[in-house]
Amino acid sequence: MEKFTVHTGKVIPLDRANVDTDAIIPKQYLKSILRTGFGPNLFDDWRYLDAGEPGMDHSKRRINPDFVLNFPQYQGGSVLIARENFGCGSSREHAVWALDDYGIRVVIAPSFADIFFNNSFKSGLLPIVLPTEVVDQLFKETAAQNGYPLAIDLAAQTVSTPSGRAFSFEVDEFRKYCLLNGLDDIGLTLQHANDIKAYEAKRRLAAPWLFN
Amino acid sequence: MAGKTLYDKVFDAHVVRREADGTCLLYIDRHLVHEVTSPQAFEGLKIAQRQPWRTSSMLAVPDHNIPTKDLDKGITDPVSRLQVETLDKNCRDFGVTEFNLGDPRQGIVHVMGPEQGATLPGMTVVCGDSHTSTHGAFGALAHGIGTSEVEHVMATQCLIQKKMKNMRVNVAGKVGKGVTAKDIVLAIIGKIGTAGGTGYAIEFAGEAIRDLSMEGRMTVCNMAIEGGARAGMIAVDDTTIAYVKGRPYAPKGEDWDKAVTAWQDLHSDADAVFDLEITLDAASIQPQVTWGTSPEMVVAVSGMTPDPEQESDSTKANSIRAALKYMGLAANQPINTIAVDKVFIGSCTNSRIEDLRAAAAVAKGRKVASNIKLAMVVPGSGLVKAQAEREGLDKIFREAGFEWREPGCSMCLAMNADRLEPGERCASTSNRNFEGRQGQGGRTHLVSPEMAAAAAVTGHFVDVRTL
Repeated sequence: MEKFTVHTGKVIPLDRANVDTDAIIPKQYLKSILRTGFGPNLFDDWRYLDAGEPGMDHSKRRINPDFVLNFPQYQGGSVLIARENFGCGSSREHAVWALDDYGIRVVIAPSFADIFFNNSFKSGLLPIVLPTEVVDQLFKETAAQNGYPLAIDLAAQTVSTPSGRAFSFEVDEFRKYCLLNGLDDIGLTLQHANDIKAYEAKRRLAAPWLFN
Repeated sequence: MAGKTLYDKVFDAHVVRREADGTCLLYIDRHLVHEVTSPQAFEGLKIAQRQPWRTSSMLAVPDHNIPTKDLDKGITDPVSRLQVETLDKNCRDFGVTEFNLGDPRQGIVHVMGPEQGATLPGMTVVCGDSHTSTHGAFGALAHGIGTSEVEHVMATQCLIQKKMKNMRVNVAGKVGKGVTAKDIVLAIIGKIGTAGGTGYAIEFAGEAIRDLSMEGRMTVCNMAIEGGARAGMIAVDDTTIAYVKGRPYAPKGEDWDKAVTAWQDLHSDADAVFDLEITLDAASIQPQVTWGTSPEMVVAVSGMTPDPEQESDSTKANSIRAALKYMGLAANQPINTIAVDKVFIGSCTNSRIEDLRAAAAVAKGRKVASNIKLAMVVPGSGLVKAQAEREGLDKIFREAGFEWREPGCSMCLAMNADRLEPGERCASTSNRNFEGRQGQGGRTHLVSPEMAAAAAVTGHFVDVRTL
């Protein structure tokens, strides 16, 4: 997994609540057996005016000029801000892979759905929860300044605005450690293989039917 | 010290290690696998040269991409076919049991698991699919995971987890006639909101829940995730035990007796404390219909669409406006005036035998209305299909003008050929009414099987109790 330490990037404001994973990456693209290549189909139904199918040449598709990702001023953005309950719905990690493949490194919202939030850390995407009024402020500042950037420091747990204001955010210690070091948590868990074996042996005696 | 909740009991029994900050390694008893969220996980194992920790915990089935008709032609979409063939190959390579296409046990993963007795009370159950919450109906701790976690469970038999908070939803008293498990859970989501359960495991309790069959309980737990909760659970009782008994993967003989004794403890203690408790009056729940693009956008069939002008919160008002626009509906529009184009009876929410019996009872002796372009019934598994055919339900549906299809996820998410065209409106027994969920531009209204059948025979939403 790619490390995440500090990141400064242009903000893309997606002013919607309950952005679901079907919207982030529609079902037809889940047929891929790869982890990469989902970026051109991020928010496919909102981003294009024609119906998308796997294998299409996306450069020839009709772009929806009214969708924020297509606005010229937000090209190259890497910090997505959105309203509450971002990432609700399906458990598809493809949603995280699509954001990552497009170039998004950080998503900031007042709240996230649990599975999406959890999946993000596994692929080096940092989801940040900030209070509703702070997110609201970020939307206003993004609208007011062309190319509005935010600086995220994971070690310090801060989001800093161009004017120098810093908002701190919470992050689970273990997740932070893995993300800062780009660690594969399977390797970490397997360091406890003896504990797992001991648990399993005890459990097998107490509840043998679980091992049929 | 306060007693334990059902969630506490199952979670605590599976903790392998607990770190100082509360992060736990949680042992996983059952890992269900399907073709969409597993290929990258199997590939990860291969690249790292790892073997699955315990293949006997795994059970695989293709479901999302499966065509529901002309199966003799195989899967004609080459991209779908490759994904299903990749599952077949991975299961062969790693020695994982799979119910392939053509096996009578093949079906939707969340129908197949319980049907096989592969889901047992007190288990931890995971699958790379958010509707894994379904299995909580058995007093199991069951939730969806992403593909990285699928790989993690394959390699270590564990998940890295912190404990969730406890919520209990009490549905007090009895529901009226014609009100189903689907109506109960839609009413709950309408009350708590689509993010109301975020961070919680929800236990569903109360007389109306106790009165439900296992099929009904699975419908309720299935949609816990639509209320934001990864896991929904229901305490074990005689109904649970009677359902499990004799199924292929259920314990037998002496083990059965020991298991049943152990399962008696799978309920919240009387003095357990919940972080949040919600109560609904069962008698006040009416048949529900969603009107918008989130499952929380739901009203009784006797109600009407909301008016954004009456909403003081601007984010909410904007959501209502956007949803009404997408759905092609006006504010204050009575639900029973909304005509539908297609009807879908199926999905991991409502494709079990009881669901098909209930829909067939409405369809019997009636005809699909002339404005309906397609009314389809997709059984949850090959075994459900065979059972329905033994009972003659297929004939009832066909005579009424429904199509009787082969098992799979089908038009719940439209990864196969079954889908809505732009602008088409569907009465669907599935679980998500998100934009584009059933096909780009498609408009989904979530209802119970009875209400879907009623919409099929009248051509619009109608209170099934008045037919």
